[in-house]
Amino acid sequence: MTETATDLRSDLASFPTARDPECPFDPPAEYADLREQEGTPSLACPVGVNARVVSRYADVRAALADPNLSSHAAPSTHVVPGGLLDRPVAPGSLLNMDGAGHARLRRLLTPEFTVKRIQALRPYVQGLVDDHLDALLEHGGPVDLVEHFALPIPSLVICELLGVDYGDRDRFQEQTAVLIGTNSDPAALEQANLEVVGFMTQLVLTKLAAPGDDLLGRLIVRAGENGQELSVEELVTLGITLLIAGHETTANMIGLSTLALLRQPDQLAALRADPGLAGTAVDEMLRYLSIVQFGVLRQATGDVTVGDETIKAGEWLVAALSAGNRDESVFPDPDRIDLRRGATAHLAFGYGIHQCLGQQLARVELQEVFVRLHQRIPTLRLAVPFEDVEFKNDALVYGVRALPVTWDEEDNR
Amino acid sequence: MKVRVDVDACVGAGQCVLAAPDVFDQRDEDGMVVLLVEDPPAELEAATEHAALLCPALAIVVER
Repeated sequence: MTETATDLRSDLASFPTARDPECPFDPPAEYADLREQEGTPSLACPVGVNARVVSRYADVRAALADPNLSSHAAPSTHVVPGGLLDRPVAPGSLLNMDGAGHARLRRLLTPEFTVKRIQALRPYVQGLVDDHLDALLEHGGPVDLVEHFALPIPSLVICELLGVDYGDRDRFQEQTAVLIGTNSDPAALEQANLEVVGFMTQLVLTKLAAPGDDLLGRLIVRAGENGQELSVEELVTLGITLLIAGHETTANMIGLSTLALLRQPDQLAALRADPGLAGTAVDEMLRYLSIVQFGVLRQATGDVTVGDETIKAGEWLVAALSAGNRDESVFPDPDRIDLRRGATAHLAFGYGIHQCLGQQLARVELQEVFVRLHQRIPTLRLAVPFEDVEFKNDALVYGVRALPVTWDEEDNR
Repeated sequence: MKVRVDVDACVGAGQCVLAAPDVFDQRDEDGMVVLLVEDPPAELEAATEHAALLCPALAIVVER
């Protein structure tokens, strides 16, 4: 296990706390106690404030749907020691905005992510998955599934969508890892941020000069037609948000869910036998793994009632998505993977006005990966002892750092 | 069953379209909800109620 500088203590005076190394797919066991005890305790967060921690499914939904709980501090800022909570929100920072300002930007972006638009991308995603499987089989095992499959597929998709040259991926993949680390030192963070902003500014200026038929180009045109021109700063921030959210989350879901499914051969066999299961399987794995592992931060702008408790104006609140997704009053036997559960009302994409904009894209990518990976490589297995797999306990988005896998010769045909 | 949608509240997550594609759609221009059927037939009632439950913006109201 990796040491984390965030000092995730195991007592529940603080939040978050460390996972049990024996149960790397489960949230810390203490979160079950949080759900069961009355009220919403005020716990110390690494950033240096106390926050009311909401852990029950119904309470998480109620909190995230409440317009008096503001998002102006970044979603997982509470886990960043020395982070700044009260700085002004950068223009275009969708995840930190509330109300009308948020709605304006969300509506300019949403046409790119509708169910219809994303379904139209499915053949492209299928082709990409098949190409990468061909390359994997050509390469032969053992091979790192993260580097050769889980990371490139979503990166290629979001690059294609945004109009980013995939050849430039080194300019954002490494920086992303720094930016979402809870353990990154301030100088490295600053440097990564500068590099990503520089990269995106260049791209935005190119698109502004000649908007092409890609997401950024269409966004620029759409905003202009609506009389809502976006500034360079807004476009840069939006572009970075989409680029990071678009590849990092799905990449981690692919790696982590593949590992989790390899540990549950009966569920994997069911999926292999019935590709029609892919839809519910993806939502179940999203629920079970809850990779936005520390939850999201809000601040009350007025008194808010959550369950039987009052959150007073000014108080901070953390909605623990992973705890809500294991609430047995909603998901019976919550610590078990059941690909037939039909758990579509999970909290892995958040809830409320900030619920993941790209969720339909994530679903399509994961569905195609789930089905094709295990059909093409039915003997897929871990190439190292399970204990040697390293988990990202120090990143806002949970996953595995690498996933060495191999398979039987017969799958190479 | 009577269904109402609040377009001003909608955030275009698309959950309703996935859950009940015969009842809900999204506008091409901004991705916001379009109600296709105000009075869904019995066989679509369960899916419609599920869509209302899923909606992250509480923008779907179902009346029996």
